[in-house]
Amino acid sequence: MTRKYGFKDAISRLFVNNAVPIIFIVFIAFAIPISGFSAPYLIQEIIIRAGRDSFLILSLLLPIMAGMGLNFGMVLGAMSGQIAIILVLNWGVPGVGGLFLAMAVATPMAILLGWLSGVILNKAKGREMVTSMMLGYFMSGVYELIVLYFMGRLIPIHNPVLVLSRGYGIRNALSMLTMRLSLDNLIPLKIAGISIPVATYMMIGLLCVFIWWFGKTKLGHDMRAVGQHMGVSEDSGIKVERTRILAIILSTVLACYGQIIYLQNIGTLNTYNGADQTAVFAVAALLIGGASVVKATIPNVFIGVVLFHLMFLVSPMAGKNLLGIAMLGEYFRVFVSYGVIALALALYAWKRLKERERTRRSLRGEEES
Amino acid sequence: MHRLRQFIDQAGWPRIIIGLLLVSLFAVAPSVGVSLSASLTDTIVRFGMNGVMVLAMIPMVQAGCGLNFGLPLGIIAGLLGATISIELGLVGVAGFALAIVIAILFALIFGWGYGVLLNHVKGDEMMIATYVGFSSVSFMCIMWMVLPYHSPTMIWGYSGQGLRTTIAVSGFWSQILDNFLAIHIGPNFMIPTGTILFFVLMAWIMWAFFHTKAGTAMTAVGSNPDYARASGISVDRMRTTSVILSTVYGAIGILLYEQSYGFISLYNGPFFMALPAVAAILIGGASANKANITNVIIGTVLFQGILTMTPSVVNAVIHSDVADVVRLIVSNGMIVYALTRATRKSR
Repeated sequence: MTRKYGFKDAISRLFVNNAVPIIFIVFIAFAIPISGFSAPYLIQEIIIRAGRDSFLILSLLLPIMAGMGLNFGMVLGAMSGQIAIILVLNWGVPGVGGLFLAMAVATPMAILLGWLSGVILNKAKGREMVTSMMLGYFMSGVYELIVLYFMGRLIPIHNPVLVLSRGYGIRNALSMLTMRLSLDNLIPLKIAGISIPVATYMMIGLLCVFIWWFGKTKLGHDMRAVGQHMGVSEDSGIKVERTRILAIILSTVLACYGQIIYLQNIGTLNTYNGADQTAVFAVAALLIGGASVVKATIPNVFIGVVLFHLMFLVSPMAGKNLLGIAMLGEYFRVFVSYGVIALALALYAWKRLKERERTRRSLRGEEES
Repeated sequence: MHRLRQFIDQAGWPRIIIGLLLVSLFAVAPSVGVSLSASLTDTIVRFGMNGVMVLAMIPMVQAGCGLNFGLPLGIIAGLLGATISIELGLVGVAGFALAIVIAILFALIFGWGYGVLLNHVKGDEMMIATYVGFSSVSFMCIMWMVLPYHSPTMIWGYSGQGLRTTIAVSGFWSQILDNFLAIHIGPNFMIPTGTILFFVLMAWIMWAFFHTKAGTAMTAVGSNPDYARASGISVDRMRTTSVILSTVYGAIGILLYEQSYGFISLYNGPFFMALPAVAAILIGGASANKANITNVIIGTVLFQGILTMTPSVVNAVIHSDVADVVRLIVSNGMIVYALTRATRKSR
């Protein structure tokens, strides 16, 4: 039995494991020539965009390690980052100082929200992803309540530029002129006409080192054990619930820093419809990089962010050149973001089901012999 | 006292709080100048608009596929039915009936594919359903632009290509059910008899189905798949049937919604339409693995009641549009609550 299925299984397993990146590489290989973009332009754009997004995507790694799946609740961190940015804009602290102040202000908020999120996810074991996603939607309601109704009333905002003309609530789009690109341009570097945001990449590098180091600590080992099997870890003396909460807190705090880095690159704060999309794009990028719900590595993040943004850059132009409707490319990339998440989740769940059947079959075989 | 405690345990605090909130809103309404009869009419009309989409949750919950976050797929089938019927230029009862027939056909096909997919991903249905819904809505965003529609009431005037984001059904079958045998009492109070009757019919079909052999088998699959398989029920086939049924109800539900609302919302319109339906059935006392028609009726009345009453009362009291945010928080909070409460089933 096993020999008959062995070879076929190996091939199907290889394809299933790497299906998503393979599909994307093929797609992009066709779309780049059609779009007509030049190589230096694409490289420059990818360097900027990878710097903008990598930190956010890296924040997803720890919960995956702890077996909690993709943390769609990272938007909670993104929201605390945005609230901190609004406060810093109100206080008028410019430049990199403002950014780091925002991070400092946001950290306690992110820790609190991460703890809350962890406690809730502990009550929904086995359905963490859908719960974290709904929690994200729930919290965007709370965020809107705070920013649109409380700020300027309960929370004093004295900078009139930020406040809606009715006297309370924050405007739709805030310009972050004083903080824009302050981290990216902190250490300017140009190689062959392509500028590189050195300081941003240093922060990303630091985070990678941190994640790598964290995996080697006691807590990191515990997290991996919890991700493997909760019952066994509990029996061997690991505090499962506490470990899971810590994973979510770390993820939320990192997502909060990631959002602040993202915003300093973009330069405007979309107050009401930015944060809830963050998780979708970060998750899609990570999955395009070949990660699954149970296994994600640092290389997955970087492969994913490059492929994702190549697709983002190239598809509107390709759509326009092929069919003559620019809007199609816009819809197309939204479709791809959602579609890739559906595809990757379905492939993973299907694989797990198959593996379970395979073990069941092998158990049955042993019984018979 | 003991009985009260038992009732609280059974209903759960969030439901009681929401119920009390609704009662107090109705109590406060007249004193702040909100017309009670208009509010009641609104609640009843909205109940009729949304009821069938909430009913669509029952089959999948009962068959153990969880809450149907992929409802937008059924909604898309309904939208296809509506637009094709308008494209063919049929008006009145014939137009609406044709829309329903076409919608059901599409829903059967979509639901079958969706059901087969969900059979391959047992245990993770809800998450994948959500993203099946999202990706099909965004895929249809492309399709609404490219599909060869020609009716001038539906396509963009200046480019002559692609459907509009909202299409008025006023010349075709606007409020065709709402106005059927409608009962008017006084200037402000109206019961949309036709829509309510249609809901009752759909609920009766659902009730009757769950009392047939197939329906009982479906419930058996949901409560204990191993037992069901042992007694000779094809688990996968029952699950697929439940998904198809749910998708068909979603398709009919959106048509009912549109005829009452008067407009068809395309493109990003269906994106988050699953969430109010999910929230409504949960508020009505359903869980992720058990739901019945009573849950649907109680939940839809409570949820839509809150939806109509909070804006008008809050506006009258503090002159603020904060109610919309409150609605989001209540409905999504309810879903989070239900997900944390649901006991994990044996897989």
